Amino acid sequence: MTTPTAAAVSLDGTTVAFRLAGGRTYTAVETAQLSVADGEFVAIVGPTGCGKSTLLNVAAGLLKPAAGSVRIFGQPLAGLNHDAGYLFQADALFPWKTALENVAIGLEVAGSARADAAAKAQQWLASVGLGAFGNRYPHMLSGGQRKRVGLAQVLIRNPRIILMDEPFGPLDAQTRQIMGNLLLDLWSADRKAVLFVTHDLEEAIALADRVVIMSAGPASRIIGDWRVTLPRPRDIFEVRMKHEFHELHREIWQTLKTEVEKTYKQAGAV
Amino acid sequence: MSRLGLLALQLLVAIVALALWQLLATVPVFGRILLPPFFFSNPVDVFAQVVKWFASGAIWKHLAITLWESILAFAIGSLGGVLVGFWFARKPLVAAVFDPYVKMANALPRVVLAPIFTLWLGLGIWSKVALGVTLVFFIVFFNVYQGVKEVSTVVRDNARMLGMNERQLMRHVYWPSALSWMFSSLHTSVGFAVVGAVVGEYLGSAAGLGYLIQQAEGVFDVAGVFAGMFVLSAFVILIDIGVTLVERRLLVWRPDAADGR
Repeated sequence: MTTPTAAAVSLDGTTVAFRLAGGRTYTAVETAQLSVADGEFVAIVGPTGCGKSTLLNVAAGLLKPAAGSVRIFGQPLAGLNHDAGYLFQADALFPWKTALENVAIGLEVAGSARADAAAKAQQWLASVGLGAFGNRYPHMLSGGQRKRVGLAQVLIRNPRIILMDEPFGPLDAQTRQIMGNLLLDLWSADRKAVLFVTHDLEEAIALADRVVIMSAGPASRIIGDWRVTLPRPRDIFEVRMKHEFHELHREIWQTLKTEVEKTYKQAGAV
Repeated sequence: MSRLGLLALQLLVAIVALALWQLLATVPVFGRILLPPFFFSNPVDVFAQVVKWFASGAIWKHLAITLWESILAFAIGSLGGVLVGFWFARKPLVAAVFDPYVKMANALPRVVLAPIFTLWLGLGIWSKVALGVTLVFFIVFFNVYQGVKEVSTVVRDNARMLGMNERQLMRHVYWPSALSWMFSSLHTSVGFAVVGAVVGEYLGSAAGLGYLIQQAEGVFDVAGVFAGMFVLSAFVILIDIGVTLVERRLLVWRPDAADGR
């Protein structure tokens, strides 16, 4: 916001609305104000259905906001955000390509020679711990392994911004922690701007530099912004034992709780 | 149940059925033959006819003709189905305009087209190929159309975020998806190619398995009809095994194909 260099992602008064059947409109996100500095890890937390993913899609250029502006490194975003890599919540690997081909494809379509792309992809597979799984097809991999391939698929293109939509949501608790540590390792080696959406406040605090809270939908807003000052490098598991972590968690949870309760009340009324 | 045991039971079914057929067709029960030879022939005669065909080599020509017709029908029908399926899936307006006509054409029992094809294309192989094409085309067309339409939005968004342009999307996303749908219907479409060829031959031709059956029927040679049917089903089974092998190779990435079903 007041940083001299332009923010990696900056949303200014961004409103996202969908047209419903019958001519009505549903406002998912209302006048969102958010800025992610280069190299900063920002987590967005909010109750289910609050439009977290919507905001991410706007930053990716997959959705056009109804109002407000989106700037990527100072430039207004038109069309897809080519500076961004996107790790989706659902399985997004190409089922007809092997793990290696899935990772290599990003370089191939950008014009790299096949052999170069494959060699690089092999390195990336190794760095996510799947060096020996290159010729497996996605259905032969576990959920956690698929996420690792997805991570390599995104990171191999060396995007300046990484968008992640509850990437570890479907995984079990242990695998999530392992994946979280892997992500932090990879990220700290070469810090990119990260926008990480999750509904898990603990995960958000453990990973991020900043935690942003969104209110319950519809027309959800950003209602809180906390800086996480826990020292890095962090270990996801150990950081949860720290006093500071608990203090912050309690503080943020006070805000989040009311929003979560609102969501449940609405759901109950439906 | 072991493989061998299963095979033994399967063989037993054939033996019992054939033995019953032979018995009822030759041995009188209460002074009456239950399966009169004129209508039912018997397995020994049918088998003798099959052996004769292969021994004299007369059958090969007919098999080759039917095989060739089936291959052509499958190739042309598939090509057409893939092209039109892709075109419709990528151009919703075209699909919407042609939708009633496609439905109408598909609703038509294809057998009634046989006389017209014979009129247009003569008694040679092309009238049979045309009949097979009308059958194969729709199966492949519907599958490819579905395959292109049903690419998950997440996979498509992912492809776009990975920097694919429209042409690369075609090649890396839509094409493999459409192909997988097409191959999943491979058994059906190959089967229909054979059906088109044989039915066409039956309705008017000078060679092929359908012709053989029709000729035998014309002179009330029931053993010949059954022999033709037997050769035809063996032929279809062989083709089907071939298709399964092709499918295994091409669809390794699919969970159900890899497990061998």
